[in-house]
Amino acid sequence: MRKGQHRFVAGFLLFPVTLYVIFVIWPYIQTFGYSLTDWKGQSQTFSFVGLDNYTKLLEDDIFMGAIWHNVLFLVFIPVITILLALFFAFMVNAGGRGRSGGVSGVAGSKYYRVVYFFPQVLSLAIMAVLFGAVYRSDGGGMLNGVLIKLGLVDENSPVEWLNEPNFVLWALIAVVVWHGVGFYLVLFSAAMQSIPRDIYEAALIDGAGRAQSFFRITLPLLWDSVQTAWVYLGIAAMDMFILVSTMTAGDYGGGPDHHSEVMSTVMMRNFLLYGRSGYACAMGVVMLLLTLIVSVVMLRATRRERIEF
Amino acid sequence: MGSTSAENEGTGSAQNTGAGDNGTTGVGRRALIKRSAALGLISVPTMSFLSACASGGGDDDSGDNEGKTSDSNPFGVKEGTKLDVVIFKGGYGDDYAKAWEAAFKKKWGVTSVHTGTQEITGKLQPRFNAGNPPDIVDDSGAQQIPIDVLHKNKQLLDLAEVLDAPSADDPDKKVRDTLIPGTLDAGMQEGKVVALNYIYTVWGLWYSGKLFKEKGWEAPKTWDEFLAICKDAKSQGIGGLAHQGKYPYYINVAIMDLIAKKGGLDAMKAIDNLDPKAFVGSEAATEAIEAIYEVVEKGYLMPGTNGLTHTESQTRWNQYKAAFITSGSWLENEQLKTTPDDFDMKFLPMPPLADSALPFEAIRAGSGEPFIIPAKAKNLPAAKEFMRLMLSKEWATLFAKEANSLTILKDGVDPNVQLRPGTASTVDASKAAGDNTFRYLYTEWYSEMGTAIENASNELMAKRIQPKEWLKRAQAAVDKQAKDPASKQNRRD
Repeated sequence: MRKGQHRFVAGFLLFPVTLYVIFVIWPYIQTFGYSLTDWKGQSQTFSFVGLDNYTKLLEDDIFMGAIWHNVLFLVFIPVITILLALFFAFMVNAGGRGRSGGVSGVAGSKYYRVVYFFPQVLSLAIMAVLFGAVYRSDGGGMLNGVLIKLGLVDENSPVEWLNEPNFVLWALIAVVVWHGVGFYLVLFSAAMQSIPRDIYEAALIDGAGRAQSFFRITLPLLWDSVQTAWVYLGIAAMDMFILVSTMTAGDYGGGPDHHSEVMSTVMMRNFLLYGRSGYACAMGVVMLLLTLIVSVVMLRATRRERIEF
Repeated sequence: MGSTSAENEGTGSAQNTGAGDNGTTGVGRRALIKRSAALGLISVPTMSFLSACASGGGDDDSGDNEGKTSDSNPFGVKEGTKLDVVIFKGGYGDDYAKAWEAAFKKKWGVTSVHTGTQEITGKLQPRFNAGNPPDIVDDSGAQQIPIDVLHKNKQLLDLAEVLDAPSADDPDKKVRDTLIPGTLDAGMQEGKVVALNYIYTVWGLWYSGKLFKEKGWEAPKTWDEFLAICKDAKSQGIGGLAHQGKYPYYINVAIMDLIAKKGGLDAMKAIDNLDPKAFVGSEAATEAIEAIYEVVEKGYLMPGTNGLTHTESQTRWNQYKAAFITSGSWLENEQLKTTPDDFDMKFLPMPPLADSALPFEAIRAGSGEPFIIPAKAKNLPAAKEFMRLMLSKEWATLFAKEANSLTILKDGVDPNVQLRPGTASTVDASKAAGDNTFRYLYTEWYSEMGTAIENASNELMAKRIQPKEWLKRAQAAVDKQAKDPASKQNRRD
């Protein structure tokens, strides 16, 4: 570093770091502080109750159920999204039967790349309205309309997708996967394109099929991106607030009778509706800890040796 | 860059290990001055940021909003001040408020800052916390800040001042004597009136006069007649009863009203007062919930209604896909754009079960749409005067014209005002009901218990639980609330 460069860099960093501390870190600290009180959310009169809120949390069936739903999302959303994104990325980059003997994507892959990214362009709020109409519980919904026309569903008892405890979580997973695949497709595509073609060609010459190329070459060399994608999707799965609160029934969502609750909706309801803001802050702290633990575990578990090429 | 002799920035070569290691004996004088100046510079905005955080908020002096009081100016409104008005922009819109504000400006010279929004909690919770709430709020809608929560946080002004002031129409009468009796109860928390529920609302079933004429149906006066129409409708491919499934609040109103009509006011008060036999062990509750379950079991619901939002189900009903729908009297205004011109919307009190304590004409009626004055409002005199004028004939008529609805002011609407069919039928129903109106209060006091009962109703409508289970769950919610010592303050006779 040149003389004075530290100060130069620090000078530029000062403002953004201050903003970050004030608007991100300071609210975190405040939340932790409020979680030790019985704050009711509408004024500044409250009393210190210590760890009472946390012990109450352990006995709260609704919150425990919500954690379980978050875990379910955590298991399924990253796996399904990444598998689909990897598959499509491979197809679009290296899946075509090479016409000129080289490695290329399937026919039309230029267009697939663009089209698959469209869902990511829509905001989650629009997705909620869009899929609300798809999952609409009478004949006017897209799914029900199609199924009724095909005769698979009785007109007088259409499937209430978002009102059925057995379907609601899957319906939400479908929305998140649909929204996310495009982004991770582009991510993996970019990573794949940095894999030198010679490796693929060598494999082709050795007689490797598409599946073998994928599992032996692409996947190991892509592992860094997969790891990142896993962590991002895991964090999204621990949140899920927008979709659950707008698409499912009840105040701030939660689905038929708490069957699609997630930690963030329970927290919101307690914070704003029931006036139990101190309790909700305790939930927030628990959410933070769980998400941190999940991220760290996932990063460790998916660690592999770096391969330089 | 010129640097002082006392600093070693550790430049050059491979052993660059950072400034501190290269034998600095401490900070030089010049560096100290520079650093402390920098620290001082950032500490000023930092302090102002920190003081603006959630725990900040001091009180402001609102003394310059007080004018002289007089007979015609009982609260001392000062000309030229501002009034901060926040209105929930829902089924009634907010044009009525704008008309009021214009009239207020003409009379008192007070300019109003108007905010019409659906995000009451989103916009106002931070303001309540910071100690600078608006002057008068229509706290309603899906994002309503629950009144009991505001009251527990001591954020609401006791409205006794406004209610005991002379009425704007007749100075010999107090404001509270010009209102329809019983309408202030809904705004009471722990014995004080802290919210003015302004709009006189009736709840019940709604149907299309045109559809009924076509099919040769008569408006049902008993539960059995109601079931007969549903059966006939089903055979013709029309749904019998539609409800706003995504918001179990609506069907829950119908269930509760059946209970009240069957068991009389005692059954209703048992629930409000958290009686241990409010649901399990109550004959009225058992019969009512079994009657509703019969509707579900026999397939008289409009297909798919259990998952529809309010606008979806109400629009379907406007399209003649269902005979009846549950709702309150905001329905006509809400569906103004989608109702066909010849729909002939009509209101129907809940058809009672056999041997009911209350007659057919009895309706759940009461005041909805709570208006509150925050205790820490800046312009209290103008806010109180605004509320007093809301309860005058002139403003009540303005409201009826813009929002197609009645207010709690007795005979508040000018008879020359032409009302729409739905609203007109509610006026007739109110007249027929006379003193036979009832209103549950637990919805204002216990938001968590209300939610738990609504969840149970949702499950029942989807046939996932049976009536016995519903009664158990409702009773469990009541018992849980009864354990809270503060609930003893909310009692009704």
